[in-house]
Amino acid sequence: MGIEPGRLHFSWISSAESTKFVDVVNDVTAGVKALGPNKTFLKTEAKVA
Amino acid sequence: MLAYIEKIKEISRRLLQEGNVDMVIGFRRGTVPMMNEPCFVKTPEDVDNLVWDSNCGINLANYLTNRQEKIGIVAKGCDSRNIVTHIIENKIKRDQLVIIGVPCKGMIDRHKIQAMFETEIEHVTELDDKITIKGVGFEKTLEKKDVLQDNCALCIHRNPVIHDELVGDLVDEQKNIDRYKDIRNIETLSPEEKWRYFDNLLSACIRCYACRNACPLCYCPTCFVDESRPQWVGKSIDPIDIRTFHFLRAYHCAGRCTDCGSCERACPMGIKVRLFTKKLEKDCLELFDWEAGMTLEKRPPLDTYRPDDPDDFIK
Ligand code: SF4
Ligand code: SF4
Repeated sequence: MGIEPGRLHFSWISSAESTKFVDVVNDVTAGVKALGPNKTFLKTEAKVA
Repeated sequence: MLAYIEKIKEISRRLLQEGNVDMVIGFRRGTVPMMNEPCFVKTPEDVDNLVWDSNCGINLANYLTNRQEKIGIVAKGCDSRNIVTHIIENKIKRDQLVIIGVPCKGMIDRHKIQAMFETEIEHVTELDDKITIKGVGFEKTLEKKDVLQDNCALCIHRNPVIHDELVGDLVDEQKNIDRYKDIRNIETLSPEEKWRYFDNLLSACIRCYACRNACPLCYCPTCFVDESRPQWVGKSIDPIDIRTFHFLRAYHCAGRCTDCGSCERACPMGIKVRLFTKKLEKDCLELFDWEAGMTLEKRPPLDTYRPDDPDDFIK
């Protein structure tokens, strides 16, 4: 739909896989930071609630 | 077509007279050209209201949801597939239905035809494969194949997949149809191009929800767009809200949409809303070898799990 591929992540993490969880969260935040703020999928002002 | 009408009436009259059904759902002539409307026939006397021609594009499965009566229903190929979907999703029981199958040769596109003329169309008649359009000061005859609805031109299941009665001989199915050319073109666009493409596509949407209301799949008692606690999506015609509505609605139809074209036909703004559902239809076919509504025997991809389901997108 026009969202950069790096902005959306899917992961399957068991509750026992704490280190995987940390790694994935770090990767995701780093990836999204590198892309910068989302400029498209954003309501500029709330016209009607 | 005339033979179809007589046969539809004959079967409906018999079903009602013998008390096999409480009503027959079919089409009657609409109040404006090219817009036949759904019609519930409850007595044998009213059977004469029923019609059949190339303006029966509405999907009648939409009128079955949660009904308790015994119903005779007129069904072309796509309607029959949505009836199957309704049965699978427990919205109606198979033994409540007498399905009057209509082998279909496609419905004509009212948007396309109206766009060819400057002034209002007053009469549309058809004979074999010719459609004659009349209005004040003009009359023109068109080839039906040139003005088919987009989904009908690409249809590969014209015959009803499930039926108890049949109003005519089965028709030849169209072969070697490339159903997904438009979708492949969109897939090749970059994210920025896609964003612009969908902005343009949806720019005319007024959020009337005609597309949703015409769709037999959209039967939820409260649609996510109408919910206010919590409010999932803004109710405005802000482009972001419109986009959210369309993408989410399409996802709700994943693995269920039969490409019947009712949504696109209903849109007063002529928006090609099938482009969304068709992408998911294509994915279902390619990834899960699934076409919606073809059989009562198999569960749809969204409620089955196979160890070899594609999962490359999950890290
Ligand atoms: S989404 Fe449109 S094409 Fe698909 S089943 Fe609903 S009305 Fe038919
Ligand atoms: S029918 Fe057309 S205008 Fe109405 S909500 Fe659907 S796409 Fe928008």
